[in-house]
Amino acid sequence: MSSTPVTAAKAASGVASGRLDADAYAENFSDLHPLFEPHEALVEADRCYFCYDAPCVQACPTGIDIPMFIRQIATGNTLGSAETIFDANILGGMCARVCPTETLCEQACVRHEAEEKPVRIGRLQRYATDHAIREDVQFYERKDPTGKHVAVVGAGPAGLACAHALAREGHAVTLYDAKKKLGGLNEYGIAAYKTVDDFAQKEVDYILAIGGIELKAGVALGRDIHLATLQDDFDAVFLSLGMGGANDLDIKDADLGGVHDAIDFIADIRQAPDLSALPVGRSVVVIGGGMTAIDIASQVKRLGAEDVTIVYRRGAPDMKASEFEQHLAQTTGVRIKHWAIPKEIIGEGGRVRSIVFDYVAPDAGGALTPTGESFTLAADQVFKAIGQNFLEDALGSAGVALKRGRIAVDADRRTNLETVWAGGDCIEDGLDLTVAAVEDGKIAARAINAHLASGG
Amino acid sequence: MADLRSEFLGVKSPNPFWLASAPPTDRETNVVRAFKAGWGGVVWKTLGEDPHVVNVNGPRYGAIHSGDRRLIGFNNIELITDRPLETNLQEIKKVKRDWPDRAMIVSLMVPCEEESWKRILPLVEDTGADGIELNFGCPHGMSERGMGSAVGQVPDYVEMVARWCKAHTRMPVIVKLTPNITDIRHPARAAKKGGADAVSLINTINSIVGVDLDRMAPEPHTDGKGTHGGYCGPAVKPIAMNMVAEIARDPDTHGFPISGIGGITTWRDAAEFMALGAGNVQVCTAAMTYGFKIIEELTDGLSKWMDEKGYSSTDQFVGSAVPNITDWQYLNLNYIAKARIDQDLCIKCGRCHIVCEDTSHQAITNMVDGVRRFEVIDAECVGCNLCVSVCPVENCITMEHQTDGVDPRTGERYDKPYANWTTHPNNPNRVTEAAE
Repeated sequence: MSSTPVTAAKAASGVASGRLDADAYAENFSDLHPLFEPHEALVEADRCYFCYDAPCVQACPTGIDIPMFIRQIATGNTLGSAETIFDANILGGMCARVCPTETLCEQACVRHEAEEKPVRIGRLQRYATDHAIREDVQFYERKDPTGKHVAVVGAGPAGLACAHALAREGHAVTLYDAKKKLGGLNEYGIAAYKTVDDFAQKEVDYILAIGGIELKAGVALGRDIHLATLQDDFDAVFLSLGMGGANDLDIKDADLGGVHDAIDFIADIRQAPDLSALPVGRSVVVIGGGMTAIDIASQVKRLGAEDVTIVYRRGAPDMKASEFEQHLAQTTGVRIKHWAIPKEIIGEGGRVRSIVFDYVAPDAGGALTPTGESFTLAADQVFKAIGQNFLEDALGSAGVALKRGRIAVDADRRTNLETVWAGGDCIEDGLDLTVAAVEDGKIAARAINAHLASGG
Repeated sequence: MADLRSEFLGVKSPNPFWLASAPPTDRETNVVRAFKAGWGGVVWKTLGEDPHVVNVNGPRYGAIHSGDRRLIGFNNIELITDRPLETNLQEIKKVKRDWPDRAMIVSLMVPCEEESWKRILPLVEDTGADGIELNFGCPHGMSERGMGSAVGQVPDYVEMVARWCKAHTRMPVIVKLTPNITDIRHPARAAKKGGADAVSLINTINSIVGVDLDRMAPEPHTDGKGTHGGYCGPAVKPIAMNMVAEIARDPDTHGFPISGIGGITTWRDAAEFMALGAGNVQVCTAAMTYGFKIIEELTDGLSKWMDEKGYSSTDQFVGSAVPNITDWQYLNLNYIAKARIDQDLCIKCGRCHIVCEDTSHQAITNMVDGVRRFEVIDAECVGCNLCVSVCPVENCITMEHQTDGVDPRTGERYDKPYANWTTHPNNPNRVTEAAE
């Protein structure tokens, strides 16, 4: 990124598009972890010890039989490997790309303990799943139709996993999504360099090829359809609504021009036909400490912003973004400042110009209090990445019980309503991970299937 | 600094590492490269009678690999030299003249007729070569013509040809043995009886290294057909070492010079062969896998180890392990070992547990107080060494001799005196006084 000389376009003050040349955009948004070549895959697969009761499997929210799929790669049975993965996680392809493996399977890998170089499980998983998807090999056949009909609302990872599992069992599924394209955050969230070449849509197509899933895109719960009606019209309902709202800054002038929700701009980047058309500031400030903060900061930097600073209210270990992700942002050229909260946005002519932060420190109880010191960062753009919230209005008056602002579920992901299940980010204690959402969908599908089989 | 200079049958070389008779020693160019790299000597690729043999033009070699594609087993269907006898003789003469301090042994294979041997021996002698090695080992191709292992498998022939050679040349005679035989001691005894000066072993083992499942043909194949080839490389080392040891501890051949061959890849492999009685060693597959430069590691590693052990010359440890090789019946049945797992080194892969659980004695835990932990259960451990064998971390699991207390598995004291099978109550042929 620093290899290109400073041009007028690159250094343009304020917010501007086209800061880079075409090659730089292409390079900056190329595949973060390219697909293993066969030789790389074999060498890496050979590193797996085929552990007993493997810690990596225990660390995987979907419980993929990792030693088995790696052994299958090592023995040249790549399709068998993909099937092993899909047996546990039909979105194994996207999870291979976006899972924070460094805090899940690869953290648990005994090679991590042995030599601090875990087997690169995520990349091996992508090697196997990409092969099956590229060759369009389908491993599952639908059972005979059961005559039961399930509504799945929200076609993100949880909804797709649930719909696929139910369709396999022979149930008819109607899959709704408020957006035009399916995939949820796989399509509209996630940094573009993690899922290149329209993979999210390819994966959706691969999953839907099971058959028996009717699509209703652009249909929103609470607007076009209503939960009460779905309860009447379907034998069961699965809600995977995600979190539609972005948290706001509780400070003055937070609605000035140039102050944006990070998730909106991340979606814009994913959907942009031409990255050079996306305007970014020369100086950009990102507020937050999760994956969204990293994804927006890294991508804005890659779009040509000169100075990008993430400001997080606590220390590095407290950030929800993993250490790997923090380093990724930092090596992209993003600066991360800790222990500060926004105090005031300063504008000029209706647009943000700078932002003032107070340094904070935790008191005895852990609560953050200003130290009395502050600093100011120039900012042509400010991105808010301080969390999202569940928009409960979509549920209408059906009487779904909530807990801490999200849908309350039991271990089977069943809500308080007899025929309504829920999963993904919209449920309480959601891990906000693609892989956890897939597991929710799987578990709910199993429970729904049992419910329907018992005459429900 | 240990002295690596070697003398085998009076043939001197700067180190005990010779290149075995094989493709690396087929021609002047290769042998000179080897000598420049530092090899102590060569056994020139086997000469035969003119007209020279021909090789297939399809693949000659096949291999098996470990998971990381390291070559661990190798096979070939190459025949003896496919160049005219005179060409080889001239090159041998020139190389020996240019490299007088290196051992030059010439491998020979001619029909099992005295006239054939009588004819070729003076030609070889004229080159100034230091000795000859009789190729009674190659199991492929030439054996179909009554040579190679077809001779080595019949001790009477071994003795007969060795005798002819001793009668018709003043050069030292080494007989290279085939492992494709039930009891290696018989051809070794025959070689000695025939007057040979030494044996070298092993030659390659009959093998099919793989099957091409698309063509349904063995690997390597030529035009869709394949044949068995000679197997060598690291995988054959244990077989070779046993055969070397069998000859070294056989009363009939004890002390008879042995040149050790079979999968030697590192200095440690060489030291092991020599500890089992080999006066020197021959290497082929390792050179064909990595090139001649490995001689630097072989000599340096052996030298450093000798320094560490206080050996100043190789003869001080050649054969040192032979007295400790015995028959099963003399092993001490009262020696009790138990596995011990070093918890600091353990990476918790759990392989020791699952192999013990599934295939042995259920003697290793997988969970202790609800935590993933692998510990040996002494009441079940028979000391079999399986866990040590499968553990990926070196020295993490060790077998420890138990000396104090009582074995919870048997209730017997650990410190019982030596006793072997010969006096064991379960032995129908037991004797009262233990034989050792």
